[in-house]
Amino acid sequence: MMKRDEMLKVLARHRTDEIVVAVYKAAQDWIHIAPSDLNYTFTGAMGQGSSHALGLALGRPDKRVVLLDGDGSLLMNLGTLVTIANAAPKNLVHCVCENGTYETNGSVPIPRHESFTFTGVAREAGYVNTYTIDDLEDWDRNLDAILKEDGPIMVDLKVEPGEDYPENFPRLYNTEYRDRFAKALAES
Amino acid sequence: MAGDNDADRLKAGDLIREIKRAGIRFIVALPDRTTSEHLLKTMIKDPDFQVVQVCKEDEGVSICSGLYAAGHRSLLLMQYTGLLDSINAVRGVAVQGKNPVCMMVGMLQKEPGVPPRQSKRYGLRIVEPILEAMEVEYHNIEAPGEADKIVPAVEAAYAESRPVAMLIGREPI
Repeated sequence: MMKRDEMLKVLARHRTDEIVVAVYKAAQDWIHIAPSDLNYTFTGAMGQGSSHALGLALGRPDKRVVLLDGDGSLLMNLGTLVTIANAAPKNLVHCVCENGTYETNGSVPIPRHESFTFTGVAREAGYVNTYTIDDLEDWDRNLDAILKEDGPIMVDLKVEPGEDYPENFPRLYNTEYRDRFAKALAES
Repeated sequence: MAGDNDADRLKAGDLIREIKRAGIRFIVALPDRTTSEHLLKTMIKDPDFQVVQVCKEDEGVSICSGLYAAGHRSLLLMQYTGLLDSINAVRGVAVQGKNPVCMMVGMLQKEPGVPPRQSKRYGLRIVEPILEAMEVEYHNIEAPGEADKIVPAVEAAYAESRPVAMLIGREPI
């Protein structure tokens, strides 16, 4: 099991010019750990992060898109896996920050956490490759290759809460930041 | 009362021409009986369009928003039941997120020539009041010539960064 903030700090070190789409707790942490105009947190409703990421990946096939999804979020939109596999964006890395709970909503466990595997469903849906990573050194060692691999790829990241960053939902959904994102993306 | 002559019917070709004139190249869609046969199937074969099939309509609201942030115009094609199913995404992603999500909505089984509010079908009667409550602009498109509403509706949505719904009242031919 990895501390989420430590896992994100590794990603920040390996990141070059990738778009990073992040939801909920991962997003709250990420905007503090790796501020960038190419961070996209404007997902608006639970479960929708992967669909925003697909739109970005299809719209900018020349850019890598790293999605930091949540396990509860993905359960709310499981059909997205089939949609993504069917659209087959080579530039999408779909990470699931699997903490086993609805952490933002009171840390209630997600259903079937002990037996359900997101990678299994992703493979059945048609993702090109999947990884399960629960060790920080493995994440660090494999990340460069994962970021270069043709997608869509799923990376199931086993995480637990680490350092607590302040929640700021108005910032996550702020459309002025969205406009800054669009400008930065157009110029990159 | 709307006639059954071809001359009185909305043409799918007119809709497609106006969708292209609006600068839309991405079509995000879930099949709907009103629009599948002559609109969606035609667009799937049209090399000017990239069609993204979704499993549920709320995905489409967000895919269109991601495409907008990446600099593209898109259209979400779905049945009115899909619109009703997507209300939270339309609320959070399109309206509050100020995304110009352009929705073309098939009004399945609406009686020809009858305004949606006067339909015998409950699901159809509630569409316009719900859109009004959500402050989503909408346009009814059913008669020949009403395809002309598409370009100004899409242009206004992008100019003002807000969603718009275009309600297709009868199967185009």
